Amino acid sequence: MRTAVVLLALLALAAIPGSVLPQRNVATDPAAVPQFMAEHPRLSPWLDRLGLFEVYASPWFAATYGLLLVSMTGCVLPRCARLWREARAEPPKAPPRLDRFEHHRETSLDAPADVVVAQAAATLRGRGYRVVVDSEPDVPHTTGETGETVPGQAQARAEVRAEKGYAREIGNLAFHLSLLVLLVGVAGGKLFGFEGRVALAEGDTFTNVASSYDAFTPASLADVDGLTPFSMTLEELETAFAPTGPRTGEPRKFDAQVTYRTEGGSEASTSIAPNQPLDVNGTKLFLSGHGYAPRVTVRDGKGETVFSGPVIFLPSDGALTSDGVIKVPNAKPTQLGFEGLFLPTGTPMGGDVSQFPGLLAPRLDLVAYSGDLSMDTGVPQSVYSLDKTSLTEIESQSLRIGETMRLPDGAGSVTFDGVARFGNFQVAYDPGKEIALAAAVLLLIGLTVSLTVRRRRVWVRVTQYPDREGVQVETATRSLTRRSAPSEDTDKLMQTLNRLAPDLAPDLDPDLDPEAVRSLS
Amino acid sequence: MNLAALSDNLVALAIGIYAVAFTVYAADLAKARTGARFGARTRSTTPAAVTGSANPVDSPVTVGPDGPPEDVTTPDVNSLLDRSDLSRTALIAGRLFTIACSVNIAAVVARGVAAGRAPWGNMYEFSMVGAAAIATAFVIGSRRHRIEGLGIGVAGLVLVCLGLAVTVLYTPVDALIPVLNSYWMVIHVAAAIVAGGVFTIAALASGAFLIQRRRERANDSTPGIDATSRGAGAGLRSETLERVSYGLIVFAFPIWTFAVIAGAVWAEAAWGRYWGWDPKETWAFITWVFYAAYLHAQSTAGWRGTRAAWFSLLGYAAFLFNFVGVNMWISGLHSYAGV
Ligand code: HEM
Repeated sequence: MRTAVVLLALLALAAIPGSVLPQRNVATDPAAVPQFMAEHPRLSPWLDRLGLFEVYASPWFAATYGLLLVSMTGCVLPRCARLWREARAEPPKAPPRLDRFEHHRETSLDAPADVVVAQAAATLRGRGYRVVVDSEPDVPHTTGETGETVPGQAQARAEVRAEKGYAREIGNLAFHLSLLVLLVGVAGGKLFGFEGRVALAEGDTFTNVASSYDAFTPASLADVDGLTPFSMTLEELETAFAPTGPRTGEPRKFDAQVTYRTEGGSEASTSIAPNQPLDVNGTKLFLSGHGYAPRVTVRDGKGETVFSGPVIFLPSDGALTSDGVIKVPNAKPTQLGFEGLFLPTGTPMGGDVSQFPGLLAPRLDLVAYSGDLSMDTGVPQSVYSLDKTSLTEIESQSLRIGETMRLPDGAGSVTFDGVARFGNFQVAYDPGKEIALAAAVLLLIGLTVSLTVRRRRVWVRVTQYPDREGVQVETATRSLTRRSAPSEDTDKLMQTLNRLAPDLAPDLDPDLDPEAVRSLS
Repeated sequence: MNLAALSDNLVALAIGIYAVAFTVYAADLAKARTGARFGARTRSTTPAAVTGSANPVDSPVTVGPDGPPEDVTTPDVNSLLDRSDLSRTALIAGRLFTIACSVNIAAVVARGVAAGRAPWGNMYEFSMVGAAAIATAFVIGSRRHRIEGLGIGVAGLVLVCLGLAVTVLYTPVDALIPVLNSYWMVIHVAAAIVAGGVFTIAALASGAFLIQRRRERANDSTPGIDATSRGAGAGLRSETLERVSYGLIVFAFPIWTFAVIAGAVWAEAAWGRYWGWDPKETWAFITWVFYAAYLHAQSTAGWRGTRAAWFSLLGYAAFLFNFVGVNMWISGLHSYAGV
């Protein structure tokens, strides 16, 4: 057990650095680790070498819980075996001195020994004890007041030995073994699952193949080509924000109305909201964020419509001040690019930040560039930034809905048609989830049983007075757990036994075990 | 007066009554001290002896089978742990504390009704409900164990909690941001707060146990006093504290386990993963592991008592850091609770 304490303390300490230092693969903020490394250029390589940016995937963290689980198995399996033997063996003999134990009671009864013993056995059985009646126990040697050994008096005595609360040990085993099951469940997700992210503007459709994701992180053994086939269209995203009060602008509601089609071709409509994901055959979609996608129409120098539709702008603050770019590679005679700032509520005095996340006074500030977007160099580009090496700024303007910015030198125009919303969807597939949940339920039940059930033994010793009628009855309880045993069982026992006393031909309890009576005669 | 304002006023009232209770506890403690200095004698009672010898064979540290001697001179704290000897001042303090606790609970209920949801959606509400949980755990705990001596510590802690709530953390009633709006959240936070209230009392008991144990050791080594009566009497006192903290942790640990599991279920529903080592999750895990270590220490020869008590304090420190430190200093998915 000392090993367990030490290893548990180590595990707790080992988990700390990961909460203080930024971590890779921890959802909060993917930029946190690079940022920290830039700020601490000397220290970071060392921290990195020690795995401190990936604590929960590091070998030393795995070693800590691995050792703990191994030591636990080594500790708990022998306990299993012992429990098995104990549960089938008889409860052990009463120790010589019962007065050293809990709930020690002594009384004299004017009743025959065999009746008292039978009654005691029946009562204890009735309360769920496993009971053995020993009608001729070895007379133990007792230790006298001054420490000398007193040979057992040659009195007629009988003993009832009872034990209950085996459930505690079973609970303890279930609890410890559930940790192994939990490990299997966690490993299932870590080895076969995947996580992805995709942003969809209203009207966009997503198809579940790896290449449709904005970000896709499969586990090492995930079946990347065998993703659950389905597609989903974001029809409408409803949002609401606190309109007034101290928390003005705090989100109050997001609700994405979607339709989705599974392999069989069946189509269904549903809504995805926070805490209310969509589950398509084990692949789950969560609404994790939202923002605006201004709708624009771009015409080139020839008057052709070369782009039309919503463009996703990424929010940069709580009032949804958003940035984005529009790339129009097929504009003629030169390619066009736009850098934009979108404010859902842009007041004239408000400058460049939105005053409220709702669409009260939408404003789109665009800076237009012409030249070469450098999209053919073979290096993949982010859709959220412009490579301005071969671009020149030609115009900039603030637009309200319906307004058009004309570009100089007949390069074309851009019209701000309206605003769509977009939703960020977190997609997750974790095949170990159900196992982990089952383990957690087992863990909780096992733990509760092991902490509430108190395993204990009860002994009743019945001694015939050598010189007169009647018997002396002594009982005591021994708790086999840290906590003391409850006294109700003893109280009930003494109550029923005392009821025997008044007349010597007592009416026995109806649940009295005839076996016990017979075995005494 | 609307319900929100009523709740605010009830919080103020609760603070007032807790403060009076605190003062009375302090007066009582002072009295007990001076009494002890002038050699007040208190009787050690049999109930304590019975519970004290809980499990003589398994746990060598418990009071020996022979029970405590007839008459024990006790310096101070023992008188507080012994209800039959409870002074009038201590009784009055206890009553006041119970009243303050009821007012505190009423404030929580009014807040919940005013907001139309479970009243634990931001730091102000956490502190208010947390104070109520600590106070309730103490009121219930002191029915079952003689822990009135911890009253001054509990009242002080509750006052700090509520004081911070009304000064630094105050937030008017408002609706929840959507991600918090889930019944799993209600269950998860409720379980965490209940467990936290009980852990708080357990930690106070463990702290008192450590101090008491040290004092007893020091007394034991003072020559010229009847060592047996000293030893047994001393054992009784820190014994009670240890048993109280063990009982409370045994009670709270499954609730905490449940809170963590409910949190994982909620995280799965909200973010698509049930465990992501977010700082809040990490500290919940650390708390859990320290308390598991505590329970093991209690079953390990040589670790029972003092060493185990340290694990109780470590577990509580991790718990507290999660509620305070992580919300304030470490950013993560959970940090939206709004300070
Ligand atoms: C993987 C980490 C472990 C965790 C989280 C854990 C947790 C717990 C908890 C919470 C209890 C309390 C239940 C009770 O007191 O009845 C407990 C009891 C116990 N644990 Fe563990 N344990 C772990 C590893 C181990 C190891 C390595 C051993 C073996 C050395 C072990 C052996 C035991 C035993 C024998 C008990 C029963 C204690 C008693 O009789 O009071 N556990 N464990």
